[in-house]
Amino acid sequence: MLCQKCQQRLANVHVTRIINNEKIEMHLCEKCARENENIMYNNMYNNPFDFTSPFSINNFISAFLGSKTGHEAKFRNNTNVSFCRVCGTTYDQFARSGQLGCANCYNVFQNELEPVFKRIHGNTYHRGKMPHRTGGEIKAKREINRLKSLLDEAIKKEEYEKAAKLRDQINDLKAYLEGRG
Amino acid sequence: MIMKRWYAVRGPEWDVIISSRVRLARNFSDIPFPSRMSREQGEQVVQRSKDAILNSNTVLSREFEYIPMSSLSVVERQAMVEQHLISPAMVQNVNSRGLLINKDQNISIMINEEDHIRLQCLFTGLQLDEAYDLANKVDNVLEERIEYAYHEQYGYLTSCPTNVGTGMRASVMVHLPAVVMLGYANNLLSAVSKMGIAVRGLYGEGTEARGNMFQISNQVTLGLSEEETIENLKGIVRQLVEQERMARKKLISENRSRLEDRFCRAYGILANARIMSSEEFMKLFSDVRLGINMGILKEELLEIINELMIITQPANIMKQFGQNLGPEERDIKRAELIREKLKTI
Repeated sequence: MLCQKCQQRLANVHVTRIINNEKIEMHLCEKCARENENIMYNNMYNNPFDFTSPFSINNFISAFLGSKTGHEAKFRNNTNVSFCRVCGTTYDQFARSGQLGCANCYNVFQNELEPVFKRIHGNTYHRGKMPHRTGGEIKAKREINRLKSLLDEAIKKEEYEKAAKLRDQINDLKAYLEGRG
Repeated sequence: MIMKRWYAVRGPEWDVIISSRVRLARNFSDIPFPSRMSREQGEQVVQRSKDAILNSNTVLSREFEYIPMSSLSVVERQAMVEQHLISPAMVQNVNSRGLLINKDQNISIMINEEDHIRLQCLFTGLQLDEAYDLANKVDNVLEERIEYAYHEQYGYLTSCPTNVGTGMRASVMVHLPAVVMLGYANNLLSAVSKMGIAVRGLYGEGTEARGNMFQISNQVTLGLSEEETIENLKGIVRQLVEQERMARKKLISENRSRLEDRFCRAYGILANARIMSSEEFMKLFSDVRLGINMGILKEELLEIINELMIITQPANIMKQFGQNLGPEERDIKRAELIREKLKTI
């Protein structure tokens, strides 16, 4: 019998494990078995403080992405936008692993990510802590957007005095943002 | 003076709740996530994280030390997993990986695990607010020198989209022996898991976990604030606490002598056995802990039994008694250690 992992050397290590009441048999060569040892080491111990999940959430994400990528994947290959220019992660790699490579990936794969966010979190907008560093800027931008919609409303209702006040507020915030550089 | 470890201190709702933990995932804005970074970038993350804590103008700078994973043996690393200071992923690959840890060992910062920074605070009993407050403060210190990967819409960016937003995983370890004994565990825990809350039988064997301990944690990190997430989790945990207490009352009113016999036997075995596997220990641990909670066994036992839960784990035994011990020798040493500890009261 050949080793299940490398398919090259003879399998002379036979491992049986029971995971979730399911018997899993592995037939490995010595080299692959040794490489597996670290992983086995962890499974050997049933550690009550092992906070890691027995199944990988990444499988779930990639299954979800995979289910709708058939024609989309082809389309994306033609348009050649399916990789992150910063870290080089391709759409395929992301879909397979469910992992992103860097901050910029969130912009590159935004369209694919939003349905994943909805599935996992039921939401696509963060509502928690902001870093102090960028916090002021983001708050100002959010406030500008909020004021702009109030301004549109005021103009529609021909409430010009109110509109003028809002316009000044918006300009102040814009000046603040520019000042921060 | 070193403070007592979390497991040797009684916390709020200690009869049911073992520990509370809050973990924050953070990444540097200008370096690819750990799975995509070069070795040099990995070293940079280590240096800059160390700098942010050890050279900060806060008390933290004196309380923390940095431990490179490569400086520890596999057994030492595994022992830290058992003490819940690092995750199992840190055992397997040690390149550019390390741990910033404080003297009390209730704050640990894993460097270059799945994310550049995994900051966790661990408290005894139900103390989620306390754990978050502390994590938040340490996060603010880190942030003074580190520019985090942060997105206006998505919040803190993480390697895995399951953590994006707050990057926070809050979790509580609960001990539900009576609920399990009465056969309520499946229903109760599957109801909980429908509410955006993850339940893990600690051994991935469905609900009947060894030691009757379960880990309850939030699943959602995007769209809820940290405070809301913690409130939700607390609400659910409180219900579990109530259910467990009710189940305990029911058990004791119906089967007092049987329970007394069971708990005293469990104690007797622990105090006298000459060979003890870690599986058997966890079963007896659960009985003894419940016996203490029900007032059948002495309360002073609690700290000892909690401590044993950690120090009788396989790698901890190997660390104390020799790194080459085989399973059988470990079982003998484990029984010895338990007898020694129980003799002290």
